[in-house]
Amino acid sequence: MANLDHNPAIAVDTHAHGHDHHDDHDHEEGTFLTKYIFSEDHKVIAKQFLISGIFWAIIGGTLSTIFRIQLGFPNTDMSFLKPILGGWIEGGKLNPEFYLAMVTMHGTIMVFFVLTAGLSGTFSNFLIPLQIGARDMASGFLNMLSYWFFFASSVIMLCSLFIETGPASGGWVIYPPLSALPQAAPGSGTGMTMWLFAMALFIVSSLLGSINYVSTVINMRTKGMTFTRLPLTIWAFFFTAIIGILSFPVLLSAALLLMFDRSMGTSFYLSEIYINGEALPNVGGSAILFQHLFWFLGHPEVYIVLLPALGITSEIIAVNSRKPIFGYKAMIGSIMAITLLSFIVWAHHMFVTGMNPFLGSIFMFLTLIIAIPSAVKAFNYITTLWRGNIVFTPGMLFSIGLVSFFISGGLTGVVLGNSAIDIQLHDTYFVVAHFHLVMGSASFFGMVAGVYHWFPKMFGRMLNEKLGYIHFWMTFIGVYCVFFPLHYTGIAGFPRRYYSFTSYDAFKTFGDLNAFVSTAAIVTFVAQFLFVFNFFYSIFRGRRAPMNPWRANTLEWTTPINPGHGNWVGEIPHVYRWPYDYSKPGAEEDFILQTTPFSATLSSNLEGEVDLVEETNASKAHA
Amino acid sequence: MASHSATTTQSANLWGGGVEPMKASYGKLMMWFFLMSDTFTFSALLITYGMIRFSNHAYLGDIDSYVFSQEYWPIPDKVFNAIPFLHGVHLPLVFVGIMTFILIMSSVTMVLAVEAGHRMDRNDVQKWMLWTILGGIAFLGCQAWEWTHLITGTETGSLIDGKPFFGANLVRNEYGPPAFADLFFFITGFHGTHVLSGVLLNIIIFYNTVIGVYDRTGHYEMVEKVGLYWHFVDLVWVFVFTFFYLI
Repeated sequence: MANLDHNPAIAVDTHAHGHDHHDDHDHEEGTFLTKYIFSEDHKVIAKQFLISGIFWAIIGGTLSTIFRIQLGFPNTDMSFLKPILGGWIEGGKLNPEFYLAMVTMHGTIMVFFVLTAGLSGTFSNFLIPLQIGARDMASGFLNMLSYWFFFASSVIMLCSLFIETGPASGGWVIYPPLSALPQAAPGSGTGMTMWLFAMALFIVSSLLGSINYVSTVINMRTKGMTFTRLPLTIWAFFFTAIIGILSFPVLLSAALLLMFDRSMGTSFYLSEIYINGEALPNVGGSAILFQHLFWFLGHPEVYIVLLPALGITSEIIAVNSRKPIFGYKAMIGSIMAITLLSFIVWAHHMFVTGMNPFLGSIFMFLTLIIAIPSAVKAFNYITTLWRGNIVFTPGMLFSIGLVSFFISGGLTGVVLGNSAIDIQLHDTYFVVAHFHLVMGSASFFGMVAGVYHWFPKMFGRMLNEKLGYIHFWMTFIGVYCVFFPLHYTGIAGFPRRYYSFTSYDAFKTFGDLNAFVSTAAIVTFVAQFLFVFNFFYSIFRGRRAPMNPWRANTLEWTTPINPGHGNWVGEIPHVYRWPYDYSKPGAEEDFILQTTPFSATLSSNLEGEVDLVEETNASKAHA
Repeated sequence: MASHSATTTQSANLWGGGVEPMKASYGKLMMWFFLMSDTFTFSALLITYGMIRFSNHAYLGDIDSYVFSQEYWPIPDKVFNAIPFLHGVHLPLVFVGIMTFILIMSSVTMVLAVEAGHRMDRNDVQKWMLWTILGGIAFLGCQAWEWTHLITGTETGSLIDGKPFFGANLVRNEYGPPAFADLFFFITGFHGTHVLSGVLLNIIIFYNTVIGVYDRTGHYEMVEKVGLYWHFVDLVWVFVFTFFYLI
C-alpha cells in the first residue's frame, strides 16, 4: 500500500488518505487465497473477470492479426510464426483449415469470452452493488462460482487451441452438419467437443451471474433508491441479465442435442448426408432447426454484448457533459423495447437458408423496428452532448467513439435487415463490417470507456491520461480504417470466412484495399498494448485517485477510495434524488450527489421537488 | 426489520429501496429466475420435438390393423401399453398414468412439507419430506422400467433394412422412425435428470431438517425454495407427458 515513497509529494498524499481507509482494511480477514483468488467480494470478482477478459482479448486480437496478414498479404512468408503455430504453417503458408479454425475462435472468444464475460462480468459485478447501495451481491458464493465456471470454461477453450487437430473450425455459429460430423473437418473432432463443453460451462457461469444481478437489483437497493433513481448503467445491466437468463438456456439445449448427434448416434440435426460418396445412416433431423435454436440465443446475444456498453456510455456522457442525461425515461423505454425485440428477430440471420419468404418479411419488419429505440438512444446521446460543458476525459472520448460506431454501424443494419437486399449481402464482408462496427467495436469502446472511468474506483489510482488519448485516437481512426473499406468488398460480393481473395479474378482488384485494411488492423492491435501497459502500470504506479475524480453523482463515489468488502464504512447512505443532477440552476456546484437531500439544496430545487423536501425530512425523522 | 414494517411510509412505497419489493428473499427470487431459465431450456427441447414430429407422417389407416413401421410416427397407445407383471395385456397409458400420479402426489406432499415448515413443525416437515423423496424415487424407478421395456422391445420386433430388430436405441427403433426414440430418450432423460437432482436436493433438505439446521436458522425457507424446484419439475412432466403420450 505505501510503496510510493519514491515521490515525496505522493507519499504525503498517501498518508493523508491512508488513515481513513486503513481502518476498514483491518476488518478484512483471510489469506491471500480467500481475498484475491476465491473471493466472494463483488469488486474482486469483477477484477478477475476484467483481467481474464483482457487476456482473452489479446488472444482473440492476435488471431485476427494473423488471419489479416493472410488476407492482406497473401504472399508473405509466414515461417516466422512457426515457433507459435508449428505444423499449421506449411511451407511458409498458413494451413487453410487452420485459417477457418482461427476465424471461428476469434468470433467465439470475442463474442463470449471478451464482450460477454469480460464486459457484463466486470461491470455488472463491479457497479451493481456500488451504484444501488448494497454491501455485495445477493449471493457472494454463487457470484464466486460464476467466475470459476467461467474460468473452467476458459481453460477448456484455451486448451482446444493447442490440440493436434486444431480448435473448432465451423464458424462461431457452429452450424451442423459441419459441426456435427467429426469427419467433416479436422476441427469438428476433438476441437468441437471441447468447444461444446466449454460453452456449456460458460452458460452455467452466465446463468449464475445473471440471476444474481437481477435479484440484487430488485432486492438490495438502499433506502430511497427507487427504480427511477437508478443510473442507466444499472438499467442496462438489469435487462442484459434478463436477456441472458432467457436466451442462453436455449443455446444449452441446442448444444446438448448437438453433443448427442456427435457422440450418441442420434439424428436431431442430421438427415440424408453423403460424405465421400458414402451415405450416412442419419435420417429425420433438420439442420435448419439448429439455426433456429442457435439464433434464438445468437441474436439476443448481440444485445447482451451491446446493452451494458450503452449503459456505461449513458453514465459517462452525462457526467462529462455536466448535463442531465437527455430523456432518462425514454432511455429506459428504449432499453426495454430493445430487450423485447431482441427475442423476436432471430430469423433475420436465416433469410437465405430456405425460410418461407412471407416469414422473412415478418422478421424483416420486426428487425427494422429496432431502428426506433436505437435511434432514440443515439439522439439522446447527441442531445445530452449538445451545448454541454464537455470534459474530454479518455473515458468520455471512448464513449463518444461508441456513439459514432453505433450510428455508422447501425445504419448498415437497416440495410441488412431487408430480406431482399440480404440475398446479395448475406455472409459477405458487408455483414462483417456491419457487426464489427455496431457490436464489436462499439461494445469494445464501451468496455474500455468503463475501465478508464471506473479505474479510480477499482484500484484507487488514475490511468495515465496522455496514453489514454493516444490509445483513443489510434483505436478510433484504426477501427474506421479497418471496417469502412470492408463494406466495399462486401457489396462487391466477397464472402466471409474465405481463405484467400486472390484465387478469384473478380476480387483481385481488392488486393490493395485488403493490404490497407490489414495494415490498419495490425496498427490498431498494437495500439491496444498502450492500454494494457497503462492498465497494469497504473494499478501499481498510477497517480493516486481522489475520492470523486469525475465529480459524479452516483453512489460509488461516496465509498472510501479503496473500499473494503462491504463497500461503505458505517451505514449505507440513503438516496434522495436521481443520479443526473448536473449543472442544476441555482446549485452551489455543478453536481449534486444522490445522497444530498432536497432540504440541503433549497436554492436549486425545482417546483415539483418542494414536496420532496418534506419527504426527506420525514424519512430523516424516522431514521 | 420490525421497525420498518411498522412505518406506513415504507409499506406504501414497496419499490422505494431498502425493502424486498416482491416480499420474497433473494434466494427465492433466484430460484424463480432459474426456473424461468429452465423453462426456456425445456421449451427449446419440446419445440424440437414438435418440429421433428410434424415433419414425419402420421398413421392414417385403420386403428385395428396398425403395425409399427419406419414410415410413420407411432401411435403412443400402441407403444406404451405395458405394465409390470401383466405380460401381454394391452393397457394403453396405464403405467405412465401411475407414474404421473406418483409424481403429482409427491408435489402434494411437498406442499404439506412447506406448510409444516411455516408452522415450524420439524416432525411434520420430516414426515412429508420423506414421502416426497419416496415419491421421487418411485417415479425414477418407474421411468427406469419404462426405458428398459422400450429398449428391450416386443417379441415380434419389426423389420429394419430387411433384418428383424427388437426394441429401440438412439440409432434404431422398432416402433417407428429413429427420431421418435431419440427424442423420447433425450427429453424424458433430461427430465429424469432434473428429477434425480430434485431427489438429491430433497435428501439434503431432509437431512438438514433432521439435524435441526432450520430450527436453528429460525425458518424453513430452504424447504420452500427446493419445493419450488420440485413443483417445476412436476409441471414440466405434465408437458412432456402431453407431448409424448397424448399428442
